[in-house]
Amino acid sequence: MQSWYFSEQSYYPAWDRDVTPKVTSPSSLVDPEIAHRLLRDYIEECKLCDSLGLNIMANEHHATYTCMNVSCLMTLGIIASHTTNARLLALGVPVMSRMDPYRIAEEIAYVDTLSRGRLELGLIKGTAFELYISNAHPVTAPDRYWEAHDLIVAALSKRDGSLSYESRNFNYRYMNVIPPCYQKPMPPMWLTTLSTNTAKEAARRGHVLAITAVAKAARQSFPLYREEFLKTHGRPAPLDRFAYLGYVAVARDEATAIERGRKILDFVRASERIEPRFINPPGALPHADNARFLKAGTTVTHRNKLLPDGTPMSNPPTPREQIINNVLFAGTPDQVYQQIKAFYDSVGGFGQLLVQAGGTMSHDEICDSLRLYATEVQPRLTALTKSHALAA
Amino acid sequence: MQTNATSGQSRQVPLSGVDLEVWEGGKGRTVLFLHPGDGFDASAPYVSALASRFRVIAPSHPGFGRSSLPPSISSVDDLSYFYLDFIETQGLEDIVVLGVSLGGWIAAEIGVKSTARIAGLCLVDTVGAKFAGPMTREIFDLFSVPQYEQARHLYHDPKLQQQTYAHLDDETATRMARNHESFALFGWSPTLHNQKLADRLHRIKVPTRLIWGAEDRVVPPSYGRHWEGAIPGASMEVIDQAGHYPHIEQPERFVASVARFVDTLPARGGRNTP
Repeated sequence: MQSWYFSEQSYYPAWDRDVTPKVTSPSSLVDPEIAHRLLRDYIEECKLCDSLGLNIMANEHHATYTCMNVSCLMTLGIIASHTTNARLLALGVPVMSRMDPYRIAEEIAYVDTLSRGRLELGLIKGTAFELYISNAHPVTAPDRYWEAHDLIVAALSKRDGSLSYESRNFNYRYMNVIPPCYQKPMPPMWLTTLSTNTAKEAARRGHVLAITAVAKAARQSFPLYREEFLKTHGRPAPLDRFAYLGYVAVARDEATAIERGRKILDFVRASERIEPRFINPPGALPHADNARFLKAGTTVTHRNKLLPDGTPMSNPPTPREQIINNVLFAGTPDQVYQQIKAFYDSVGGFGQLLVQAGGTMSHDEICDSLRLYATEVQPRLTALTKSHALAA
Repeated sequence: MQTNATSGQSRQVPLSGVDLEVWEGGKGRTVLFLHPGDGFDASAPYVSALASRFRVIAPSHPGFGRSSLPPSISSVDDLSYFYLDFIETQGLEDIVVLGVSLGGWIAAEIGVKSTARIAGLCLVDTVGAKFAGPMTREIFDLFSVPQYEQARHLYHDPKLQQQTYAHLDDETATRMARNHESFALFGWSPTLHNQKLADRLHRIKVPTRLIWGAEDRVVPPSYGRHWEGAIPGASMEVIDQAGHYPHIEQPERFVASVARFVDTLPARGGRNTP
């Protein structure tokens, strides 16, 4: 099992203000000195992970207090120069909203070269609300996504000169990525999705399938991926093709860990405060789903509101409820290992755990939790996947 | 004015890769009605009122109603060429093109390309042109509003603003959702306008009437006055107690306004206007 530290690098001091945390939020509520300190703390956390044998994942969002990272490749370029061993995962570059595939390809190759081949890459669709910010067309975005994805792969794979490309969506005379990627032909590829169709496409392409904090989606998609991978590649999908993102809080005693878990979940609460009008731009969902919203007169997010037995969770959900739902892994090192193992067993195993911390946790709390995770949980997870692989 | 239901019927017309739904009813001068972004509803009172005076031909734009949407059509520019083909292949001449909101934009894009078969244009609370600078958003962004809240912005009448959709059958709701997606396809960016259209409006060479809801909050009457100034000889009528959709809120006054305009047009000479 490989573990990847992930933080949204939130500006949480603004979360308790009576404004929406996304899209139209006033930037005046962000104190530059506090933002500077939070971003520097984040780099220190990444350096700690590097020394502890943990990998690092970054994402990006736009116009929101919940994520100050506006470019995961820019951030990973910075982290590359502060680390030596950790692999660096961009999960991901939101291709639907980043409208220049050539620029994306160049930045990928730059980070991969700077990090001496430590980059792993997710070219993802991105969050629907950000189409309001990028102004990318929501109706045509899905088609444009796969075209941009394949164009970036083609540009990164080409080493003998420039590439010419002309289509309805993209036009380039001379597309030529210099320097090229350090890894040949390019960094390992990942995909995040909650769609079973996209999960099958990830299997056909051999990409790592990452499910983010929705256990039900992992239970649905992992078997479909395994089936499709075997059909396409003629061999079972290795464990390292499966990734799950969970919120992780570890402490010496359970009460402290649960309190840390509650602070991570503050992120979910802030994230859910998006105005309904920005959740679902026209074209982002199938007609039948939009018809349902039209009749209901409301729009809802994908976040699960129920426990596995159908009981509604509290509002907001408690840490213990989110532990039951496999969204949060929180407790002493023993408890966290047991929680992860139980979920691991329930989905047929996975080889990558994306360890999200942050929320309103302090820098010291994050570092303490990461140290306990790296020294007392990670070794047992490594042994778990080794025994799984041997059994296979 | 006779506003009881006038019989009409829908048919499918194959054209340029589109299976086009076309409603037709009434007799008199041919009016090509181009609907706004939420589609065409033949049961609306203004339709029978119009058809009591005119031969009304009302296609559902590609992507709306029961009209298909081929990949080749993705802009209002595409729609304008498509409708020029429609007018020609249907043998229509000396017609009045009447467009509301998105339909007005399509009508104007047709008008700047060719008015060879058009006697007059009637643009109702139209969108489509930009007159102000880049820091001024003249057209309210209907795509930043969920479909179920559009009525709050489209109508003046508080009762109409409070429309709900729970009673719809799934087929109707799905068709409305598809209409909204197609509306976004054509209007997402730039938001409901073509940056170049304002500089082309001088090319409209036929009599043009602008009809505007006095209480329109999507594009206020002041925006309509820019259109009036940009199209040679255009004139504008404002309908009180109406928002963006005067054809829905004030159907009789709307049809009367259209009729007053059509009555000023030269006598028809086309073959297809019984």
